[in-house]
Amino acid sequence: MNPFKTILILAFAFLAVFGEATLSAPRSLLGAQIDLLPALMVYAALNSGLPTIALLAVFGGIWFDTLSANPLGISILPLAIIGWPIYLRRDLILRDLPFAQFVLGATASAAAPLLTMLLLLSGGKELLIGWGTLWQWIVMAAVGAVATPFIFSLMDAGNRALGYQERVEPGFRLDREIQRSRKKL
Amino acid sequence: MFKQKNYLALGAVVFVAIILLSLPTRATSRLKLAVGSWFLPLFGLAGAAQQLPADLADSVLSRRELLHQVDALRRENQQLKSQAVQTIAIARENSQLRAMFNWQKQSPWNLKLANVVMRDPANWWRTVQIDLGTRDGLRENLPVITDAGLVGRVSSVSTTHAQVVLVGDPNCRVSALVENPARDMGVLIAGGTLDTSLVELTYLASSANLKPGQSVITSGLGGIFPKGIPIGQIVDSRSVEYGLYTDARVKLNANLGSLEQVWVLFP
Repeated sequence: MNPFKTILILAFAFLAVFGEATLSAPRSLLGAQIDLLPALMVYAALNSGLPTIALLAVFGGIWFDTLSANPLGISILPLAIIGWPIYLRRDLILRDLPFAQFVLGATASAAAPLLTMLLLLSGGKELLIGWGTLWQWIVMAAVGAVATPFIFSLMDAGNRALGYQERVEPGFRLDREIQRSRKKL
Repeated sequence: MFKQKNYLALGAVVFVAIILLSLPTRATSRLKLAVGSWFLPLFGLAGAAQQLPADLADSVLSRRELLHQVDALRRENQQLKSQAVQTIAIARENSQLRAMFNWQKQSPWNLKLANVVMRDPANWWRTVQIDLGTRDGLRENLPVITDAGLVGRVSSVSTTHAQVVLVGDPNCRVSALVENPARDMGVLIAGGTLDTSLVELTYLASSANLKPGQSVITSGLGGIFPKGIPIGQIVDSRSVEYGLYTDARVKLNANLGSLEQVWVLFP
């Protein structure tokens, strides 16, 4: 496993959570704050190992809950629930296709707030929910869908620029070369 | 499909989540404060980035414009000074009357200016974070206002920052008074999810005579918000629960969508 990829994903998650808490433009323009963590989880599930998915779920969830009024730890499970099925089925997913990334991003971004709200309501919390929540949910899913292919491109570019590449073994091996020489008679 | 390492990783994540969720509130808030401090270096960067356009705009203002602004500020200052003199006289008269009737003396409130540094990233809460903390004397449940009106109350405090739960959040209920002849009283609760400027005033008397435009202020009941802080204006009202009581929509004076600086009230 390439640890640089994990560090890059966690760094992106940290900045994404900070951006969500400081940038109020999406809220004032669209009426809803967007969340990039589900889209990032789609990338992590398709391109990295289980430890990265677990770390992203735990740290991403904790960072989000720290800056929010959510109970600490409530966002961990929704992120994990999104990442695991994608990881288990990733060999069947055409991960390089932007359309597949778009659909997965939409599904993940729609599922994450629903699961979090479900957990909060199960815990007896009183939330700010109304008909406007439906609009916010649609906006979150749509923006998550559009953002996922961009996150894939950005993370791949980051990996190429900063991470080390795996060494590719050439087909040619010196020890297997057939020694040809003219027999001296 | 599910190998042992998959079970282990999923189990570890679930275990961490359950441990965090079952921690006592005090430990959770301490942990939140500790993790929140990781974002402190970014606070400074964000603040500097927000300040940069204003600094640039200031540096290109013409001398004529600056003189015009100084003149306007001087006039405003003179008006405020005369108002302050009147207020001091009224306060003196008030305290004399209170002494005559043997009423409890009112202590004046102190104000501290705070910058809004963050908003809640979740759509189902309405909170902001301000750059004052326990080192500035902040504690929970202090009222937060702007020059326009009530904003909310401090809900949790760290050393350098505090979380303010805004009016319109389900966790911020305010006892309010309508400034009409009957002085109708109700409770301010959460409003719409999209429009931050509208909140609901509920449990008003069924006979309440409400008209659009009537002012709503804090009633002073509940022990958190002092009496008389302006909240907003009545937009419309309707009878609910078969005429048992009346609900009204209130348009807030303070613009909660674009808060930059707020005042914290200290008793």
